[in-house]
Amino acid sequence: MEEIKVDKVMDLKGLPCPMPVVKVSKGIKEVQVGQVIEAITTDPGALADFPAWARTSGNEILKTDQGDGVIKIYIKRDK
Amino acid sequence: MEEELQNQIAGLKAQLENLAVNQAENKISMIVFSGDLDKALAAFVIATGAVAMGLEVVMFFTFWGTPLLRDKLKKVAGKDMMGAMFGTMLPKGTGQVKLSKMNMAGMGTAMMKSLMKKKNVASLEQMLEMAGELGVKIFVCEMSMDLMGFKREEMINYPDLTYCGVAKFLEEAMHSKIQLFI
Repeated sequence: MEEIKVDKVMDLKGLPCPMPVVKVSKGIKEVQVGQVIEAITTDPGALADFPAWARTSGNEILKTDQGDGVIKIYIKRDK
Repeated sequence: MEEELQNQIAGLKAQLENLAVNQAENKISMIVFSGDLDKALAAFVIATGAVAMGLEVVMFFTFWGTPLLRDKLKKVAGKDMMGAMFGTMLPKGTGQVKLSKMNMAGMGTAMMKSLMKKKNVASLEQMLEMAGELGVKIFVCEMSMDLMGFKREEMINYPDLTYCGVAKFLEEAMHSKIQLFI
């Protein structure tokens, strides 16, 4: 699979609900349309929350990686 | 014939305008009736999360929710006896509220607060500040203020705070996709 080019990394480890989506919704405004954020979180709820947030806000989850209690979500700003 | 057509067009225009007025926006309206730590926390988690989801957020504080918006440092003089009594007995702001269950003379609340800190859950104080930064609108029920003898001078400095009555809340709720009572 093609390597995802990350434009901004957000370390959200240890932050519980609602902080991951609150921070990412702010952070996505700091990248250009088409650029990618890598959000690193330890909140298991993020697996359901980020896709819900992306659908509602019109952005795109490119990939989700899990391992060692850390979840990495790659989000492309679509608008 | 032409006149009939124009009448129909005028009728349609009126209907369209009516539709626009009654259209639900991407907005959530919440009534914060409870003054408990746990319930207020839920309200603020939903409020801040809703901003992240692209919703406009309105919180209407009424009855036991009203003391959450008092400033712990502000003092006001000139209250009548009942007002002074309510003022002393009710919490002064988000830092003084208790759990709705398992308070156990304050022990439960203290335990919950230390647990929240340990688990990085934002405190009510932080939540309120964040809500302000995120543009959450706060409405305060004027009748509750009056009933409990609260004065505007003892309330917090919040970026977007309006004193109002039920009609203002209902107008917001009518235009909201989500309405909650907490």
